[in-house]
Amino acid sequence: MTAITPQAAEPILELDGLGVQFGGVVALRDITYQVPGGIIQSIIGPNGAGKTTLFNCISGLLAPGTGSIRFRRQRIAGWAPHRIAALGLSRTFQQVALFAHMSVLENVMVGRHPRSRSGFLATGLRLPGMRREERELRERARSILDFVGLGDLAAAAAGTLPLGQQKILEIARALATEPRLLLLDEPAGGLNTRETEQLGELIQRIRGRDTTVILVEHDMNLVMDISDRILVLYFGHPLASGTPSAIKDNPEVIQAYLGDDWAESSAASYTSLDNHPGR
Amino acid sequence: MPVTDRRILLVLALVLAAFPWGVRAVGAVSHYLDVMVFAGIFCIVNLGLSLLMGFAGQISLAQAAFFGIGAYSSGILTVQFAWNPWAAMPMGMVLAGLVAWLVGVPALRLKGHYLAMATLGFGVIVHIVFNEEVRWTGGPSGLVDIPGLSVAGTPLRGEIAWYYLVWGTVLVALVFCLNLLHSRVGRALRAIHQEEKAAEAMGIPTARYKVQVFVLSAALAALGGSFYTHYVAFLNPGSFDLMWSIRFMLMVMVGGMQSLWGAVLGTVLMTFVGNEWLQVFADYEVLVYGSILLGMALFLPDGLVSLKSIPVRGWLRTPRSSTEGTQR
Amino acid sequence: MDSAWLQYVFAGLTTGSIYALVAIGYNIIYNVTEIINFAQGEFVMLGGLLAVFFMEGCRLPLPLAFAAAVLAVGAIGLAMERFVIRQARNASVLSLIIITIAFSILLKGSAMFGWGKDPYRLEPFTAGGPLLFGGAALQPQALWVLGLTAVVVVLLSLFFRRSIYGKAMLACADNPNAARMVGVPVRTMVLLSFLLSAAIGAAAGVAITPISLMEYDRGALLGLKGFGAAVLGGLGQFSGALVAGLLLGLAEAFCAGYLSSGYKDAIALVLLLLALFFKPEGLFGSSEAAKLKRF
Ligand SMILES: Nc1ncnc2c1ncn2[C@@H]1O[C@H](COP(=O)(O)OP(=O)(O)OP(=O)(O)O)[C@@H](O)[C@H]1O
Ligand SMILES: [Mg+2]
Repeated sequence: MTAITPQAAEPILELDGLGVQFGGVVALRDITYQVPGGIIQSIIGPNGAGKTTLFNCISGLLAPGTGSIRFRRQRIAGWAPHRIAALGLSRTFQQVALFAHMSVLENVMVGRHPRSRSGFLATGLRLPGMRREERELRERARSILDFVGLGDLAAAAAGTLPLGQQKILEIARALATEPRLLLLDEPAGGLNTRETEQLGELIQRIRGRDTTVILVEHDMNLVMDISDRILVLYFGHPLASGTPSAIKDNPEVIQAYLGDDWAESSAASYTSLDNHPGR
Repeated sequence: MPVTDRRILLVLALVLAAFPWGVRAVGAVSHYLDVMVFAGIFCIVNLGLSLLMGFAGQISLAQAAFFGIGAYSSGILTVQFAWNPWAAMPMGMVLAGLVAWLVGVPALRLKGHYLAMATLGFGVIVHIVFNEEVRWTGGPSGLVDIPGLSVAGTPLRGEIAWYYLVWGTVLVALVFCLNLLHSRVGRALRAIHQEEKAAEAMGIPTARYKVQVFVLSAALAALGGSFYTHYVAFLNPGSFDLMWSIRFMLMVMVGGMQSLWGAVLGTVLMTFVGNEWLQVFADYEVLVYGSILLGMALFLPDGLVSLKSIPVRGWLRTPRSSTEGTQR
Repeated sequence: MDSAWLQYVFAGLTTGSIYALVAIGYNIIYNVTEIINFAQGEFVMLGGLLAVFFMEGCRLPLPLAFAAAVLAVGAIGLAMERFVIRQARNASVLSLIIITIAFSILLKGSAMFGWGKDPYRLEPFTAGGPLLFGGAALQPQALWVLGLTAVVVVLLSLFFRRSIYGKAMLACADNPNAARMVGVPVRTMVLLSFLLSAAIGAAAGVAITPISLMEYDRGALLGLKGFGAAVLGGLGQFSGALVAGLLLGLAEAFCAGYLSSGYKDAIALVLLLLALFFKPEGLFGSSEAAKLKRF
């Protein structure tokens, strides 16, 4: 699918024995996995498999119970999220988490936070360096909006956009941090077919900008089309991993998704995965 | 700073400059200026509270305590150590900021109700200290004979001089806060308010920002406290109790806590209400405050500035090229 | 000097019982709504002042005055929920905090309007001099306070274990959505929680007034200290609140006796801050469970 062979690239993210527990619920169990740099890695799994919990761990919103996470060779487990973001990791949220009362442009400008510096005194006194930075910030934010195709909506309040554009704006905001690794949590949720196609194309352009993408998604068409590799989570544990075609034909995966009754039937193919009852 | 804010700032400055002549024409001269001096002092406090509560979304019921720390620092340093008032003033700000930092680091990890209770408890403790440390503060009987301010060797006499000094300071503080808001820092504060977890994931050190804006609000409150001290020349712990923290909150709420203009408007309005009209029925005072606060919180939570029918709005509105989002 | 410590124990247990009752009031509302009601202390103050009014003003005998004060404050609690809290169903946490604070100021203002700024006294429930124990004096009224606390705790645990309403309230506390789905009238339960917690606060107020007098502005401090007990005991936990309230009362009494009476009020608040800063899950809570709560 791409020129990059997973084995050749150095891993950008390494999970080792990762585990998370909520009271009695085991959300993640002993996950050991490596994501090579420069690819589109998808993570799929039924509802409640622990995909979002995994993202929360990697991005620092949740401290893992056990195991280690290495991102760009640094052990980041236990770091505050803003430090991880500064190191070059960004994400979007399954439940849209925009700054609803700020403009589209301001949302993206907030994303540039880790790449700018002015503090309370410099901004309050409007020191010259701060003005230059503010101008630069605004220009970069605009160019990112153009890149994702929201350039015309810069002045709109983020909360007033339709869901599809909010999802794209979340990606733009995340891109503004200049991530080396971008986590997308169900970006196609609530998008129509055309929007989903454009999203797929956007994700591929992002990968083209030297950014590794980890995609959590229930839309199997999208996942199968653009992923270089797929990891299947099942009850918090890796069930299988491999190329899209390998995953598509993996009987264990089909059974996990569709239950025993379907596993034997030949109908359990690509298309039925696509229509799985997830969402 | 967007054009709208610049225009309002200009209008405000002109109105403030002309106000003393205006009241002279009406008749009752000095008294209204006196109330305006207090309103200006409270404005300095409430600009900080507005940043903290309206923009960063962190409640504080300890602002009267920081106001008091500034006031007593100025009072004690000038009376007992014969410091120059202008030197005592920044000292009070630094002290209040330091205390705010010490309290804020653990307190601002708390959210909502817990933060409110923690700041409330802290405020009451500080009030008890003002009462008990009689050797320094004079305790309940107060601290007297506090020197006034002088500028360039000339003592500041009369309300007019005080009026221009205090409101000049308000305007400077206002410009500072407006600059702050329309910048990286202001966006970060609003982001923390609106979606804290996303703010953190976008690289904003939320804990540090919360503490910093808390420290700034404490320093501004202390500055207001210092002016208060030298203006009234007498201190007594009653001016720094819980009810004052609630009054500050009410002032900010009445105008609209998500706007600095709201903070100024509400402060001036409520200072007049408190000083002018409530004196008539002193026994109702607390009752009236409670009713206004409850009514505002229930029916007009975004304050007077959120009323759409303010006539000057049309004039102040900028052409639709602005990219600043709507304030919550 | 020898018996002084016993004297402090008596004093501490008495005021501690009041803090425990206030804490229980917080817990009842918190459990059902996750709201911390900043007007909790005002219920105590109103209970005391209304009892004075019913006894001195209306010449009711003590049991009737007690009941009338508790009922009246209970009704205020009901009104607070029905006309204020319910109005603000969709408000942010910040607004809710401001709203309950505003209501507390309103109650305080009404009391100031009705009773003025003077403290009021109430005759002890039973006449008679103090009982002597090893040189320390125990006021009969203190026994009433302790007895009242015991009765409230026993009745409440019966209520939550046995009665259908009590069980339904606990279900709301556990999971309001699930409770709604199995047919628990959540709104009624919220209303009931305000009624109960206001009534318990009022009872505490009536009982303590003969010992410490009552005036319009006592609510805030009582509320804060009671909240300290609620946090130390683990928010939402009744037995924790009881133990923590008594401990807080003892700490305060010993501080007043041996360190400084001026800072007596500060000690409970310092403990509250320490608890909030370093152990918000309470003395007996596990930090694991606390992570799942939102502070
Ligand atoms: N904060 C939490 N407290 C308790 N349990 C949680 C919490 N977050 C997640 N869980 C549980 O952990 C498990 C994994 O949830 P998670 O949200 O990670 O699943 P997911 O794979 O993202 O599902 P979906 O496809 O529905 O988004 C679920 O059983 C969920 O109930
Ligand atoms: Mg998920």
